[in-house]
Order: sequence, then C-alpha cells, then structure tokens
Amino acid sequence: MSSELFYQPITALAAALAEKKLTAVELTQAVIARTKATEPRIHAFNSHDEADALAQAAASDARRAAGQSLGALDGIPIALKDVIAVRNQPLTASSKMLANFVSPYDAGVTEKLRKAGAVLWGRLNCDEFAMGSSTENSAFGPTSNPWDTTRVPGGSSGGSSAALAAGSAIATLGSDTGGSIRQPAALCGVVGLKPTYGLVSRYGLIAFASSLDQIGPFARTVEDAAIVLGAIAGHDERDSTSFKTEIPDYRAALATNRGPWKLGIPKEYFAEGLDPEIAQAVEQAIAFYKAQGCEIREVSLPHTQYCLDTYYVIATAEASSNLARYDGIRYGHRAAGAKDVVDLYYQSRAEGFGAEVKRRIILGTYVLSSGYYDAYYLRAQKVRTLIRQDFLNAFKEVDALITPTSPVPAFKLGEKADPLALYLCDIYTIGVNLAGLPAISVPCGFTKSGLPIGTQIIGQPFRESSLLAIARAYEQAHSWSTKHPIL
Amino acid sequence: MNYEAVIGLEVHVQIKTQSKMFTRVAAGYGHEPNTLTDPVVLALPGALPVMNHAALDAIIKAGLLLGCEIAPVCKWDRKNYFYPDSPKNYQISQYDQPICLGGSVEIELPGAARNLMGEHKNIPLTRIHLEEDVGKLNHEDHDSLVDYNRAGTPLMEIVSDPAMHTADEAYAYLTSLRATMIYGGISDCDMEKGQLRCDANISIRPVGETKLGTKVELKNLNSISFVRDGIAHEIKRQIGLMERGGTIVQETRDYDGQTGTSQSLRSKEMAHDYRYFPDPDLMPVRVDEPWKARLRAECPELPFVKQRRFAEQYQLPYTLTSVLVWDRELADYFEETAQLAGPGKAQAAGNWIVNDLLRELTAANLTLATSRVRPAHIAGLVKLVEAGTIFTNAAKEVFIEMAATGDQPDVIAERKGLKAAPTDTNELEQWCRDAIAGNAKSAAEFRAGKEGAINALKGPVMKAAKGKANPKLVDETLRRLLAEA
Repeated sequence: MSSELFYQPITALAAALAEKKLTAVELTQAVIARTKATEPRIHAFNSHDEADALAQAAASDARRAAGQSLGALDGIPIALKDVIAVRNQPLTASSKMLANFVSPYDAGVTEKLRKAGAVLWGRLNCDEFAMGSSTENSAFGPTSNPWDTTRVPGGSSGGSSAALAAGSAIATLGSDTGGSIRQPAALCGVVGLKPTYGLVSRYGLIAFASSLDQIGPFARTVEDAAIVLGAIAGHDERDSTSFKTEIPDYRAALATNRGPWKLGIPKEYFAEGLDPEIAQAVEQAIAFYKAQGCEIREVSLPHTQYCLDTYYVIATAEASSNLARYDGIRYGHRAAGAKDVVDLYYQSRAEGFGAEVKRRIILGTYVLSSGYYDAYYLRAQKVRTLIRQDFLNAFKEVDALITPTSPVPAFKLGEKADPLALYLCDIYTIGVNLAGLPAISVPCGFTKSGLPIGTQIIGQPFRESSLLAIARAYEQAHSWSTKHPIL
Repeated sequence: MNYEAVIGLEVHVQIKTQSKMFTRVAAGYGHEPNTLTDPVVLALPGALPVMNHAALDAIIKAGLLLGCEIAPVCKWDRKNYFYPDSPKNYQISQYDQPICLGGSVEIELPGAARNLMGEHKNIPLTRIHLEEDVGKLNHEDHDSLVDYNRAGTPLMEIVSDPAMHTADEAYAYLTSLRATMIYGGISDCDMEKGQLRCDANISIRPVGETKLGTKVELKNLNSISFVRDGIAHEIKRQIGLMERGGTIVQETRDYDGQTGTSQSLRSKEMAHDYRYFPDPDLMPVRVDEPWKARLRAECPELPFVKQRRFAEQYQLPYTLTSVLVWDRELADYFEETAQLAGPGKAQAAGNWIVNDLLRELTAANLTLATSRVRPAHIAGLVKLVEAGTIFTNAAKEVFIEMAATGDQPDVIAERKGLKAAPTDTNELEQWCRDAIAGNAKSAAEFRAGKEGAINALKGPVMKAAKGKANPKLVDETLRRLLAEA
C-alpha cells in the first residue's frame, strides 16, 4: 500500500485487508495519526476515542484471522456526524445544550455499521443541531475546508466532508435535511449521497426536521458510497418512517447498470446567482454524458422558486417541536439559579442554544401559532406536494436530473454573516428533501483558485442503484477523486 | 329564576396494554420511580415513537362498544406545551381527526327505590381519541421530582356532548362508562391508580334557554363520588353566584373532595396555544373493514343489554339483574350456573349467588376466581332443594360447608345427615298434634285468623323432626289438623 493509506478508497483498503497486506489496527493507527496531524488546522472532530477505535480494529483483525470477516467494511474507520448516537460516546449536535451528553444507545445506522465490522471513529463537527450551511454554527468552533483552511467546508455536515477530504477517516456519515450532505461534499471535493427519505433509519439521529432528515454517506468514490449505503440502508421497526423495501447490492449493481440514460436538465437550476465556473464545470459534465450517448433534455420544475420558503416553514415548524425536549430537566444544559420551572426553561434554553437555532425555533413556533397555521404550515405542505409532483412529472421523461450542487464554491469563514445569504447556498439541494428523493454530489472539477466543484444528480425514489451507476460513469472517466488537498 | 345545569365530561382512561403507546417498554403502576423508561419515554436525543397496535385495537373496540363511527385512518398530531411531566414537551395526540366520532353511553338514573329500575337515557359522545399519558410530578419542600413511569401509557380521552343536567346523571354516566371499559377488557378503570380520570365542564342557564352559559372546568375529581359531589357543589356555586348578581367567569377550578370546596386554578386568558401539527415521525394508519370486523367479533354484550336479556331469558327480577350484570365475571358465573341447574331454576341460582355467594366472598375476602364454590356447586345445591332432597335451612348449612371445603353439595348433605328423611306421616302427624296441644295460644290465634301464628307451631315440629321434616308437609299437616279441631 502507498504511504498515504488514509487517502485510499474502501475498495482498495478492503482488498489489502483481505489479502493480509494490511491490518485494521495499522489502518486505524494511520487514520488516528493523520487526524492528530490535521485537526489543529481543520477541527473536523468534536471528540474521538483512540482506545475504543483501536479495540474495534483489533477485534476486526481477530475476526479476519479466524476467517470470519464481515465484508468490505470490516476494519474500515468510519466517523459519524455528531448527531448520530453511538453508545457510550458523546452526542452533542455541536451544541452547548448537549455538551456533556453521552448517548446510552446506538442509532440504527451505528448498529448496522458495527454489524458490518466498521471501526467507529470519532464524532464529527457540524452546524448546531444540523442547522446551517457552513459549520460555523457549531458551539465548539468552525471546521476549516482542507482545500483552503480560510474557507468553510460547507454544512451542516462540514466535519464529515472535511474529515474525509483531510484523510482523517476512510468514509463518514452525515445527515441531510436541506443539502447538508451534498453541499459540504461539493465544497470539499468528495462524494456525498442523500438517500431516498425512508431508506435509512432515523432511529438515533438527533431530529432537526423529521420529514426531511436523512442519514447518508460521504465517500472518496461512488463505489465506496455504494458500499456504505448498502451497510446502512434497510427497514428499522424503531423508525415508523423507515420504508420496507428490498435492499439491492448497490456495489454489484454498478457493474450491471450501464445506461445510456435519459438525463434532464432543470432550467430553473441554471438561473441567476450561479457561479460561472460552477456552471461551466456542470455543463462539461452534461457534455460528457451526451458524448456517452445519453439523451439530454431540458425539463422544468416550475415550483422551484417556492422551495426555499416552503422549506423554511416546514423545517422550522418541525424543529421548534423537535427541539422542545432540550429543556434542562432530564439531561443537557441546565441554567444555574433559576427561580422556578418556567425560568429554568427560559434560562437553560437561552444559554444552551446558539443564535441560528433560536432563530429557527422562533420562526417555527410562529408558523405553527394559532391563526397562522393555515397560512403558513398548511400552505407549505400543499406547495411541498406540488414540488414533489414537479419532480415526478420530470421523471416521466427522464431517468435522472443533473444540476449544480451549490451555487458557489467554498466561501471564506465569516463571509456570509447574513442568514439569508447562507440560506441561498441550499437552493439546488432543498427541493430534493422536500420531494423525498435520492441525490448525490460528485466532484466535477475545480475553480481556477483550486476549490472543488460538485455536480448533483437527482434520482427517482428508491432507485439509488441507478443513481449511483450514473454518477459512477462520470467518475470513472475523470480523475477528480484522486486529487487531495495539500495539508 | 330556575336554573338548569349543563354538564359535559372529559374522561381519560388508561388502556391496559403490555407496553407503552409508542415504545416497547412495559406500562404499569406501582413500580420504583423511573424504572419503566427507555430512550423514547425519556425523549433522549434521536429517540423515535413507534405506535403500539394493541392500544389502537383497544380504542377501536371501545368505539365499537359505544356505537362510535371509526375513522378510516388513525392520524397523529403533536400538542406542544412545556411542562416537566411531558418529556418531549409535546404530547402525541389526535387533534382534528379523532379515531372515534359520535356514539353514546347508556345510563340508568336512580330508581324510586333500590329495588326499582330507574329511567334510562343515552348520553351522546362527541369523540374519543388516543394519546399518551404524561409523567407524575411529586412536589417536595423545595424540589419537584418527576417520575416518568406513567409517561407514555396509552390514554383515551372520551368527550361527551354537553348533554347531562344533574350530578346524578354524571355519576350514572361514569359508572356505565367504567363498566363498559372493564367489560371490553380495555381498562381496569381503577381511579385510585389514575386509570380513569374525569374533568367536568359545567355551566348553568335559565330553564328554557337553549344557549349555553359560561362554562367552568372542574378538575381533580378523584373518585366517582367526588365527581357527583364536585358537580353538585359547582352547580350550587354558580346558581348562588347568579342569584347574588355575580357573573360566572370561564376558568378551571380545582375540586377538593375532602373539604367539598373548589378554588380557581387558571382563567381562560392563560389558556395555551398548543400549536398542533401532524406528527412527522408517525405515519397515518389505515383502519380497514377486516380490522374493524375482527374487533367487533371480540366485543362483549354490554351490561344493560345483558340485563334486559337476563330479565327475559331467565325471568330474573330487577333486584337480581341489577347486581349480576355489572361484573362480567359474575354475570358469566351466573349464566354457567343457570345452564347447569337447568330450566326453571335460574332465579333460585341467582338468589344463591346474589344473597349467599357474594356475602361469603366478602366475608372470606375471596373473589369469584379464588372461591371454592363453582357454578356446579350452586347448580347442584339448587337441584337438591328443588327435588326436595334437602330443605332450605339445611341447604344454607350445605352452602357454608361447600364454601369451606369445596365438596359437592350432595356429598356434604350425606355426610352431615342433612338429607330429608323419608316422611313417616303418622310420626309427623303426632308431632303436629303435640305442637298444637303444647301451644294452645298460638293455635287459637291462628284459628282466629292470625296467619303468622302458625309459624310458632312449626318450630316445635321441626325440632322434634331434627330438621329433616319437609316444611311443606309440616305446613299442610298443621293446617289440616287446626281446621279439624
């Protein structure tokens, strides 16, 4: 193996482990060493537990030695966004509110990764309660983009994208409510997949907006993403919104699913506000597919202009209720010196939550208020149906849609102080969540100043196999995923 | 001016399920604080609710028993409010689409006397919905402690129309509703354990007025008697207030059953905005016809229906049916006994059960299930008496022995020598003559028309016969001899 083990994809590492050219302990040590070397500049992690990771790695090696390997992920260090519960590890949502909280249980995906033999490595920084697009809203300080440490890694799963880009994990998990996997993947030059709503269990995922949240993988390659998705997907009876569906072998499907495909280009996604370098890179990706014999069609998603408004009504309404449990009574931050129980709520929540979280709780409380419910929440739900219908109509004509992932490349830390400017970072990703669709962001080049660019491919519900195959066709013909930041 | 009260009741009934409403942890009462908890009950970060189908079954069954319309879809909403007994700071409930709509509760008002049936009425229901119970706060000197054992227990809210007018009606409504829930196996409805809780909405208006007056909500009615007393007190309070020229304010009042007084808890201005919205964590559940049909098949006959049937089928008097039908186990026990005893013996069986067995159970602190006396025992006893094998006085003795030993009645009668002796008419006639001769005063009184005087003559006869004489024959013989002389 090359000296840069930590930059290898899962496929290569799994082969080396299987051939006994490498041990899980060696791999984990390499990732730990890399993390220690880069963290002072990146700050992708909220916490990590070396001893625990090495013990898991040793157990993996023992399994392999006994001929009981659990498959491609056995022994692969995977780090999780700090909104996904890992038994006996901190679970903070990057909030002061949960700074001292340790989860007594594993999330559904955590259990599944353990069953696949993955080495669970570290709790990844994010925007507080996954609310944001830059990871600047973390109570524990921002994460830096490994390609330019003066810039943001995107968000809210910025720790997940930055750790992967920096080589501090072999794959990571994030959560995506309005683009929180795809946008940071684009900004950090890695693959990020948001699965169909209901494909991956939300049990043990700290809820931001229940009807939009979905856990998904960050990986170096599309094939790696397929492997991780295969491990975490599937029905979980502890999540009523989890879908009962057969989980295909996503990795095997990559080989059989070869196109050519009919691809749609939603015209509303190439309008004002799109960075010209990104527009150019995405157009080149489209040209590639055309050259491969794919039929390219312009399609229209006429309700796109309402996505942002609809999202900020539904997501904040759900969040205002989901975050009510953080009250300082049973766990989490409790203010000192409260006069009575109401004062305890006020003070604990005033101290425990950051500005963006409070802003969204207030917004959400407002839109659900008596007298406003019909005008905001109910109307937003109706528009949401129209937005979903737009996509389903488009899918009558095409197999998938290609768009930019983010309108802008990684911006400077502190650059977007206006919340609305930040909200606009998600204009190409939010519709997918409202419609419950799967979508992937794949690296498709760099700006002149060397910042990664991602293109988003949007698929049909539960057709992740096809989505991954389309992404894989592009990736195989390009070398973006072999480029790494100099750190 | 004459006033009429208008009363509506909101009754919360805990559903008897193994596990809680939205998680697998056990539901129960009387456990160490905070032991019936898990990440879902405690609302830990990342925990999600999963609906308990058994609870939905139970409420649909309750709805079917009460004649409600069952909604085709069970939809969940969040009721948002902050209070430490509510771990999520929202309660999962049903807002605009309750699972049961309409329906009614049949009630019986007190009769003119205990042994007379009172008037029956149907009190219409507005709705029944399903939700989760909250935890319990225990206030100490300077601290409040929360016990989440109760949190998440499946809870039904049964809302009546404002259709009752007296405290007696409310009392009868609760009694009937409770019996229905117990009959259906839906809840044990033990008010001391909080399995049934009642709030009352009370207003008054001049008789003849159709508009509703300002309502007051009465809370903490901890027993069915307190419900009656509390409502009676509130009606009196409101009428008194009106008569003194006061105004009734919309408020919630707390009734103290010990002192028989109430005080204001909060006024309407402090009412919450619960910000209801559909719970995105729970998918609506379709309730189809086969599902309802399965539950309909499990619905038992309700007490009043049973009472009418018992009166007709077994020719039982009200005094018996009114005791037998309210406990499903007792009613079943009676029916089994009546079947075993055979045609024409049901009333005798009912008398034994109501008069002797129930007294015996109370005295011995037993239940129907733990008593040695089974329906076959009573049926056997009834048959022995009807056949003239033993007489009533002896039968009472047999019953006591049956309860003590569990032996069959004929075995006991044999063992204790209580079976009627074969009647020697000569001997009996002699005993009767002796009794008449020895009690001339009573004999004279009987002849003079004092019917009861004959009983004074029976005693000596029975004594001479050592209790084994056929009372009917004794009576006949005495009358014949008294007429002769």
